[in-house]
Amino acid sequence: MTSIDWSHYRSTSYDELMAKGGVPHRHAADLVQHLDALSDEDIAELKTTADVAIQVMGITFTVYSDAGMIDRAWPFDIIPRIIPANEWRRAEAGLAQRVRALNLFIDDLYHEQRIVKDGVFPAELLSESVNFRPQCVGISPPKGIWAHICGSDLVRDKDGTLYVLEDNLRIPSGVSYMLENRNVSKRVLPELFETGRILPVDDYPAQLYDMLASMSPRQGVEPRIVVMTPGIYNSAYFEHAFLAQQMGVELVEGSDLIVGTDDQVYMRTIDGLAQVDVIYRRVDDLFIDPEAFNPDSMLGVSGLMRAWRNGRVALCNAPGAGVADDKVVYAFVPKIIRYYLGEDALIPNVPSYLCMVEKEREYVLANLDKLVVKPANESGGYGMLVGPHATPAQRKEFAELIRANPRNYMAQPTLTLSTTPTLSEEGLGARHVDLRPFILSSGDSTYVTTGGLTRVALVKGSLVVNSSQGGGSKDTWIVETGED
Amino acid sequence: MLSRVAENLYWMSRYLERAEDTARLLRVTRHLMLDYPGTPTLGWSSLVTITGAEAQFEESYPHQDEASVLAFLCLDRNYGGSILSSLGAARENMRTTREVMPREIWEEINQLYLTVSNYLASGIAQRRLDDFLRMVIRGCQTIVGLIEGSLSHGPARRFCDIGRSLERADMTTRILDVRSANLLPRTPEDLTPFENLQWMSVLKSLSAHQMYRQRTRSRVRGPEVARFVLQDQDFPRSIYRCLDDLCRIFQKLSRHGQALSGAATLRDALHSADGNQLASSPDELNGFIDRLQIGFGEIHQAIAATWFAGVDSPAPVLAQ
Repeated sequence: MTSIDWSHYRSTSYDELMAKGGVPHRHAADLVQHLDALSDEDIAELKTTADVAIQVMGITFTVYSDAGMIDRAWPFDIIPRIIPANEWRRAEAGLAQRVRALNLFIDDLYHEQRIVKDGVFPAELLSESVNFRPQCVGISPPKGIWAHICGSDLVRDKDGTLYVLEDNLRIPSGVSYMLENRNVSKRVLPELFETGRILPVDDYPAQLYDMLASMSPRQGVEPRIVVMTPGIYNSAYFEHAFLAQQMGVELVEGSDLIVGTDDQVYMRTIDGLAQVDVIYRRVDDLFIDPEAFNPDSMLGVSGLMRAWRNGRVALCNAPGAGVADDKVVYAFVPKIIRYYLGEDALIPNVPSYLCMVEKEREYVLANLDKLVVKPANESGGYGMLVGPHATPAQRKEFAELIRANPRNYMAQPTLTLSTTPTLSEEGLGARHVDLRPFILSSGDSTYVTTGGLTRVALVKGSLVVNSSQGGGSKDTWIVETGED
Repeated sequence: MLSRVAENLYWMSRYLERAEDTARLLRVTRHLMLDYPGTPTLGWSSLVTITGAEAQFEESYPHQDEASVLAFLCLDRNYGGSILSSLGAARENMRTTREVMPREIWEEINQLYLTVSNYLASGIAQRRLDDFLRMVIRGCQTIVGLIEGSLSHGPARRFCDIGRSLERADMTTRILDVRSANLLPRTPEDLTPFENLQWMSVLKSLSAHQMYRQRTRSRVRGPEVARFVLQDQDFPRSIYRCLDDLCRIFQKLSRHGQALSGAATLRDALHSADGNQLASSPDELNGFIDRLQIGFGEIHQAIAATWFAGVDSPAPVLAQ
């Protein structure tokens, strides 16, 4: 007896698995056939298998609430999201292009600022950027790479076009969940992996290690690499520990490190102090060094910036990389790509309106009910206005915010994000998804994860996919279909 | 290995051992009470004394009866030494050191903690108590087994072993102390069968009954039990053996001077103590146990100063 009834499945947008007319896309045919053969009991059993795996593996994320810290089991939907490999290869090339240009852009901003002098990037945007770090001016990190690890969010609109929605160049997170989702998925749907058409994702930790090692100032010696975490109360602590473990390196907190009078960084070990060469830091710029930035920071290490500036240690991502991780700067990325690489962007941006430009601001203010308004420097979906879902009072409040500080806001049309079949209380439903791939840059090469982390808005009709706000996730399959 | 990680592993291991030893103690007491119903003075209240948390117990529980003592020692979140709190603390320490430990160990601790906390809502029904305690003991033993079978003989394992040996010695001393206070005869011939049964319970709570019989080839007698638990060189839970294990582990760590000399001094004092004399005098035994407990505290201080906090002092000893 089959239990999945596709005849009632309706998407309000492009659907990742089902084409119009209730027929699966070619790349989803095997999965849909497999699901169709399952009874209600089978599906309940698979869900339990996944829940138990997640609980036993201790895959959690931390949310802050009025009641304090809560460690929640990672919300996972067993039905994967599938992208055909030929399409993914194009996306990969586009992401690599984007990050290459962004690194050139950041390096330029901290040196000659040619792009400003040439009138491509407005000087006032730079002077008002909260993520521009004057402490970084004139510093040349190895190979000119600032954003070693980038997490870019991809979304698809109604017509199936893939867009970059934003670039996260500071401390992007989620890659551990991408890897863990695959582990859970293999336990739940092993039969489908036997076809060999689902490309593996587990190369990431090795690639990350190699990239970090290539940044070591002590070449020719096996480098000592550490992952630096704010500590167990950070919402991404699970990921910090996971990555350190997968790479076989130490997970350190600020208090484990010390900068000597020789400007070398050391960690405190049971055998005494040990020299550190590369720090994959998951602590925000402003907290990494109380000497250079926030003097009250308890998370940082005094003198770390000094050590970095003198080339004694590599920091990944480099402090100051966030200058390009700004939703207003985002609007300039196609121009940035053209300026540095002489190429057109392979993946388009979502059309954006900059509130700092008078005409565009007027348009935004007149169309708040249709637009999504984003502050330049918030992440996690906070501080946003989703116009169509907002109350008149909320829209009024945002209009005032925009007028008071136009530089800080940009707006985009409300995309109807693509959907994918997702299990819910009422059975199978179409839910909106995005995708966060991760891009590693070593200067010599660029690596893009095979797919990425698919986040899904579990609430019907909702567009908010952030796990801190009720989003869930899915395994992402890049499936070889034999097409180029 | 990071000093902070060493410290977390040490505490993880101590808390795990504490949870297991508490479960063992409860299990044996329960068996004893079933054999001798209606003698509450010897049973449940003495368990609270063993933990040294009488004051805290009295704050929350009006009576020292079975239900209160069990609730306190098994599932009380406010009491740091309860099985639930100990496992929670072991899990938290493990959580911050997850990257140095085989994943199965974290999964096992996580699972054990979650299983035990599931009892919070319902409490532990009397008929399920033995299953509960056995589950805790087995869970802890599984983790110890995983450490034994899957963790390389490096620093991580050494700090786990140190924590376990020290906590085990400490718990064994506490059991002996409290039991001997009201069990050792004022005159050596003064043993009743009932007291023998209680001594048997001391052995059983340490899983030592068979090993004791093999070693002494005589019936269970208070003084001999005390000697066995204190001085036996081969039984894994005897205090001598725990201290001797500590000495061996310390020798494998760099900069072990202070910790090793502390443990070796205590071990040698134990070795040369007159067991018969101690066992025949509750007061002397009590004094000797106090000395041991102070010694354990000093060993802990030495460990912390050398490998945990000690490296905070700016003495740049460069590692390889």
